[in-house]
Amino acid sequence: MKPPPFDYHAPRDLAEALAVLAGVGERGKVLAGGQSLIPLLNMRLAVPEHLVDINRLAELDTLSVASDGVTVGALARHSRVERSTQAAAVQPLLRKALRLVAHPVIRNRGTIVGSLVHADPAAEMPAALTLLGGSVRLARDGGEVRDVPAADFFTGPLESALRPGELAVSAFFPALPPRSGTAFHELARRHGDFALAGVAAAVTLDESGATTSAKVACIGVGSTPVVLDVTGAEPDEVAHAVRGAIEPDADIHASARYRSHLAGVLATRAIDEANGEARRALDHTGR
Amino acid sequence: MHSITLVVNGVVREATVPARTLLSDCLRHHLGLTGTHVGCEHGVCGCCTVLLDGEPVRSCLTLAVTADGHEITTVEGLAGPDGEMSPVQRGFNECHGLQCGFCTPGFLCTATALLRDNPDPTDEEIVEGVAGNLCRCTGYQNILKAVRRAGELIREEA
Ligand SMILES: Cc1cc2nc3c(=O)[nH]c(=O)nc-3n(C[C@H](O)[C@H](O)[C@H](O)COP(=O)(O)OP(=O)(O)OC[C@H]3O[C@@H](n4cnc5c(N)ncnc54)[C@H](O)[C@@H]3O)c2cc1C
Ligand code: FES
Ligand code: FES
Repeated sequence: MKPPPFDYHAPRDLAEALAVLAGVGERGKVLAGGQSLIPLLNMRLAVPEHLVDINRLAELDTLSVASDGVTVGALARHSRVERSTQAAAVQPLLRKALRLVAHPVIRNRGTIVGSLVHADPAAEMPAALTLLGGSVRLARDGGEVRDVPAADFFTGPLESALRPGELAVSAFFPALPPRSGTAFHELARRHGDFALAGVAAAVTLDESGATTSAKVACIGVGSTPVVLDVTGAEPDEVAHAVRGAIEPDADIHASARYRSHLAGVLATRAIDEANGEARRALDHTGR
Repeated sequence: MHSITLVVNGVVREATVPARTLLSDCLRHHLGLTGTHVGCEHGVCGCCTVLLDGEPVRSCLTLAVTADGHEITTVEGLAGPDGEMSPVQRGFNECHGLQCGFCTPGFLCTATALLRDNPDPTDEEIVEGVAGNLCRCTGYQNILKAVRRAGELIREEA
């Protein structure tokens, strides 16, 4: 299998990359880690006329951790962010989600921002970003920059709000309030494969231990991550609420009924684990 | 056509390739290094794994032009200067960690980086580390033994 021919651009800095992207418009595609795009090229499912390789843009190879959240540049590879203890301390869900993305060797090349723009309905990073209420920063030639909230960024299966000529330069994963816990549970046929279904959860408690927020984001069961507020729901009601909110498709890997059942089970487990983590945080900080 | 320079197994190599040439094909066809095997060409089997600046990557999911200016280690570069086998290669030899050998270059490169970063991995870490490499012959047990043994050799010789 060989990729179809294309014109290759290897800009040296961000300004040059944006100028090239403006020139090629919808005939061009950005090449980041290539872990999703190159399979598509090899199988001739994507036939871009121009490929703009951003791997030389050292200025996008950034990871900045502040108390309010983690910002990853477009060249921050999965493995780098997964290893960062500072990032895991501010936003533990990042590492939990990253460990479920493919295999370590794929994560050495793949980028978080690439995962977000690729917008696979079964991918983990879009669910983490949506659950946390994060955003993606898009830039275009001429200096125009816009921050798109996750809720508006994922528009369909493999579709995002990125417009032709734009480059996603970074993504922001906000921290959660104190006394919060997170979890990510999924089931895949084989270790490292895309999940049949998966659920990320985030729970926040108040100082008395009452739940102020409990949310889940489900993957593999809709065209984009399905986020659901389950604050106040009893454990057995969580599964029911999730199954009522999703309309999974059937494919050769699993029937719609099985996916629906699975999402409910995973949601119950994820909420339970996130809740446990939030309780430990509460005990740790003292009441 | 693009002229690229790669440092492959410590040797500066030049190649002139179309932009769409995969690193795996560049190594095999342009540089004659056929030790890197090609199975699925979509990232699933792992037999094309090479080290790019020391980190294991899928050469079938990397364009040769992207690797321009970087260092590559292939299975041909794992042995010592006089051809003595590396600890990982000896582990596979001793523990019968291969049958047909098709998957072996990928396992060797993956395990080399794994044990460099963590010479005393738990069984779980070994399984996680090589889970992205498929083998149709061995049933994996001897591969896991081989990686464990290679870790012992590295620790003994450190
Ligand atoms: C065997 C295998 C298993 C996998 N399993 C999983 C899994 O379980 N879960 C999962 O989430 N993913 C999985 N993946 C996909 C992997 O995580 C990809 O690395 C990731 O989805 C895309 O990141 P990338 O940097 O490689 O992007 P690329 O492949 O380079 O690009 C992907 C898409 O995003 C666009 N793009 C990338 N970066 C930008 C940018 N900065 N601005 C604008 N557009 C951009 C590209 O044009 C392209 O359309 C798997 C891949 C393989 C090969
Ligand atoms: S040939 Fe590269 S992973 Fe299979
Ligand atoms: S030894 Fe034959 S595929 Fe692994």
